[in-house]
Amino acid sequence: MALIDTPPGQDHTDALVERVRAASNAKMPLRIVGGDTKCFYGRPVAGETLALAGHYGVLSYDPAELVITARGGTLLGEIEALLARHGQRLPFEPPSFGSLATLGGTVAAGLAGPSRVALGPVRDYVLGARLLAGDGRVLKFGGEVMKNVAGYDVSRLLAGSLGILGVLLEVSLKVLPVAHGTRTLRRSIAAQDAIDLLGAAAQRGLPLTGSFWSTGELHVRLEGSPSGLDEVVPAIGGDLLDESAAAALWHSVREQTHAYFTSAHPLWRLSLPATAAGAALLHADRVAFEWNGAQVWLNGVERQTIDLVTRTAGGHATLFRREDAKDGVTGEVFAPLPAPLLDLHRAVKRVFDPAGILNPGRMYADL
Amino acid sequence: MAVDAGLLRELGSVLGPGLLSTPEACVAYECDALTAHRHPPDLVALPTSVEQVQQIVRACHRHSVPVVARGSGTGLSGGALPVAGGLLLVLSRLDEILEVDPRRGLARVQPGVTNLAVSEAAAPYGMYYAPDPSSQVACSVGGNVAENSGGVHCLKYGLTVHNVLAVKLVTMEGELLALGSETGETPGLNLLAAVIGSEGLLGVVVEVTVRLLPIPRRVELLLAAFDDVGRCAEAVGQVIAAGIIPAGLEMMDAPAIKAAEAFARCGYPLDAQALLLCEVDGLPADVDDEIGRARALLEAAGATSVRVARDAGERHRMWSGRKSAFPAVGRLAPDYYCMDGTIPRRHLADVLAQIAALSAIYRLDVANVFHAGDGNLHPLILFDAGKDGELERAERFGAAILEACVAAGGTVTGEHGVGVEKLGPMCSQFGSAELETFHALKLAFDPAGLLNPGKAVPTLARCADYGALRVHGGQLPHSHLPRF
Repeated sequence: MALIDTPPGQDHTDALVERVRAASNAKMPLRIVGGDTKCFYGRPVAGETLALAGHYGVLSYDPAELVITARGGTLLGEIEALLARHGQRLPFEPPSFGSLATLGGTVAAGLAGPSRVALGPVRDYVLGARLLAGDGRVLKFGGEVMKNVAGYDVSRLLAGSLGILGVLLEVSLKVLPVAHGTRTLRRSIAAQDAIDLLGAAAQRGLPLTGSFWSTGELHVRLEGSPSGLDEVVPAIGGDLLDESAAAALWHSVREQTHAYFTSAHPLWRLSLPATAAGAALLHADRVAFEWNGAQVWLNGVERQTIDLVTRTAGGHATLFRREDAKDGVTGEVFAPLPAPLLDLHRAVKRVFDPAGILNPGRMYADL
Repeated sequence: MAVDAGLLRELGSVLGPGLLSTPEACVAYECDALTAHRHPPDLVALPTSVEQVQQIVRACHRHSVPVVARGSGTGLSGGALPVAGGLLLVLSRLDEILEVDPRRGLARVQPGVTNLAVSEAAAPYGMYYAPDPSSQVACSVGGNVAENSGGVHCLKYGLTVHNVLAVKLVTMEGELLALGSETGETPGLNLLAAVIGSEGLLGVVVEVTVRLLPIPRRVELLLAAFDDVGRCAEAVGQVIAAGIIPAGLEMMDAPAIKAAEAFARCGYPLDAQALLLCEVDGLPADVDDEIGRARALLEAAGATSVRVARDAGERHRMWSGRKSAFPAVGRLAPDYYCMDGTIPRRHLADVLAQIAALSAIYRLDVANVFHAGDGNLHPLILFDAGKDGELERAERFGAAILEACVAAGGTVTGEHGVGVEKLGPMCSQFGSAELETFHALKLAFDPAGLLNPGKAVPTLARCADYGALRVHGGQLPHSHLPRF
């Protein structure tokens, strides 16, 4: 086993450092852009574009080490194709929302797809990062090894940081093998019954790596050895989807091209305790959920309704897609933080971006 | 040093008998499991509630008195070593399991609860807490969070950071912060990731919500022998590249095999140059499938023998040698140093060759045990502190090993933490810009710099000194605990 040969790509570190330094000196805000596929997510940023697309290339990949390192502007699609050629994958199954999505944008957005329910969030797979801080420093945290407790775990802190702490020049991720076999089942079931079924299945250790409920229909994905799958399939019940239909279904959930999402405006994302009946509180045709009920989507409802659900069920809500991403909405899209926690966010932001020029306001106003 | 009388009164009224201030009472807390470093604390606080913790840190903050949090004191890097003029905040009496909910797959516990107690509380529901550091019968969950503790099942189940959903953290100002959430998703920055493994420098963890997993229905263990270390390392890579993620994947070299066999009579082949223990768990059909494929791969990769444990008894016997490797090696010499580097696995044969060469240069023997799945190497350097110059030689040898790990793209500590022990080696891993960022990050959480000062991150001035773990006579505190 050894490193896989990959094309060298392009290293724009020097030019990026130059730009950030100049912006820092001039106190000019920058909007960090990979493929701009997730520009709808978070609050709008007013600033000059700092494009990462020209800074790309896989730097090291050894399938036997389960680690890949690539520059921030590397296309997510290229990374996934490379991994797939060696029977591996990004375990968190990130949505790309477009063919130009980059590795840096994927990690900065911190979004995960259906397999999140079993394999965990982006953060769990970040092993290291090279970061361009807001004052032009290039900092390296973590590395390419699974176990590393030297220094604070800054690289994991960067997962989901929306670029407010720095520009991801390079990221090292842990990867996993693709499953030996997979089965997708579809059955008609009410929301609360589905949540109960999924909760019981997870508690029994069934190899459940995806669940999606919408309009009275539940899809469940199981992964494992073919013989093992044959044993556990009856525990979920319903109809087996053929391979291509199953792949298309999970792709449409992950990329939000499923009919539920294409008609959803505005789209709220609720993170709820898996047992919460929150999903069932509302009119069924406005709800879809994933992750056994822990990620609930709500479509076309008012903020007051959302607040009621999260107050009742616990958890928090994100305004995932606004009515019109271009209409310059300036309200908060993420759940408000308690004052002491917001103060801590500001202090941490200052450590990495003292001039406050990187994606200002993307996460919260004045951050 | 003299403790401020006002502070003493204030703390006394908060804690009553939970405040220790006499040298006789305090001396018991002079060190953690890194016994080479000792410093009797001036004050020891044993709070029984979160409110008391808040009152204590607020008082200390007002008086500018440093605070060092401590769990069970089983840490191997001196993270809980008291600091001069400081207060030792012992959290072992915050030991309540607040909630176990199998349906939501979580447990909520106070920091002083032991690691194993969480799994014991979950067992009636068929669940457990995955991270299993070797000291799990004694080490506390709060300490696990501080150190981001690992164990032998990290490749599949991750470290503490992968299994903690939320914590409640008391800042040095006494503010109570909730980080993370029951779902693991949280608005804002992922500050929980920075707090886990922060060695008590950012805040005091007063509550931890951990993820519980269903107990695997089947576990199988396979033992493979090799006549060449490099071939064994190569075989590990082949198993993983074939898509098998074992629950545990442990390697030992010839000196470690011989020591373990002599100590535990576990049936290891003494002519082997390397031994691999490969544990697979999960659903019965999946386990059968994987153990069969792993066996075929290891045989094809040149294993001289491959054996699958017939039953739980044989499995435990096979594990016993590996799990007693530290005390076993400890019998070979009066003292040993345990190093904790991690390297990309493809460099294993090369780094082991370097360690062998260094062993000749420093004229000290070394045995290697290795969490092969995640590249975490524990070289055990044998020496006799009673012989002139051997301790210093062993320290230089250890530092050279860590340098080799860093040069191979690895790290100076995979799971034991930096504490006071690896402040020197940290300097070879990080540049001054990163170290300054770490210090700045600490001050963002703890502007007064009073939480566990001087640990985990070296000052730039300090970056000349190197240290390593010294164990005299093979005796660690908690010597009944297995160390692997």
